[in-house]
Amino acid sequence: MAKVQIPSPLRQYTQKRATVSVSANNVGDALADLVTQHPDLKRHLYSEDGKLRAFVNVYVNDEDMRYLEKEATALGEGDTISIVPSIAGGSGYEL
Amino acid sequence: MLKISQSDYVSLGRHGEETYPHECCGVLLGRWEEDGTKAVTRVVRCGNTREDSAHNRYHIDPKELIRIQREGRERGEEIVGFYHSHPDHPAQWSQTDLAEAHWTGCSYVITSVAQGTARETNAFELTGTGEEDKKFVSEEMRIA
Repeated sequence: MAKVQIPSPLRQYTQKRATVSVSANNVGDALADLVTQHPDLKRHLYSEDGKLRAFVNVYVNDEDMRYLEKEATALGEGDTISIVPSIAGGSGYEL
Repeated sequence: MLKISQSDYVSLGRHGEETYPHECCGVLLGRWEEDGTKAVTRVVRCGNTREDSAHNRYHIDPKELIRIQREGRERGEEIVGFYHSHPDHPAQWSQTDLAEAHWTGCSYVITSVAQGTARETNAFELTGTGEEDKKFVSEEMRIA
């Protein structure tokens, strides 16, 4: 079992749960279990082509899954998956 | 509404002055009250990873956010918003700010820093249910 930390903007789709337990051996299966438990999450995590939206960062403990094995990253008992939407912006102002 | 202490409020402008002419950024930790008011209990400075364009862009490393979130959780604090500065630009959200905002329900606080001096700070709540209908709405800030 692993747990998924849900960021505040997505808790409206997990019955306000900040943490969801999932049963999976890798990140891909964990996210699949997550959206099975909470189907409304799917469109907020994935684009229509079935890929994770670019601004959705997924960390396994403290490591970005993109730099591990991506969705194939193995999970151990007690691992924490964190979903972290990007925080960015700026004035965009050019002199 | 966003409630913030005088000292925390001042710290936002001070951060922007220190990083000028680059954008500063950080996290607002706090609690949601029953009426939806966000009460800031802690301001956490972050690094701006956009070293390539720090004068008009900011980005917070998700790894830093995870640490801040975990430490906040231990104190019963949640992420209620974020702040950043606009060097020599108004304290208003830009199209870049909107395109890159994804934390609906949270406050995005912007400080204008003109010629190195913090001038104005405004708060905006990101409303909507997702990418398709998100928008910024001006938010009252109560400084106490």
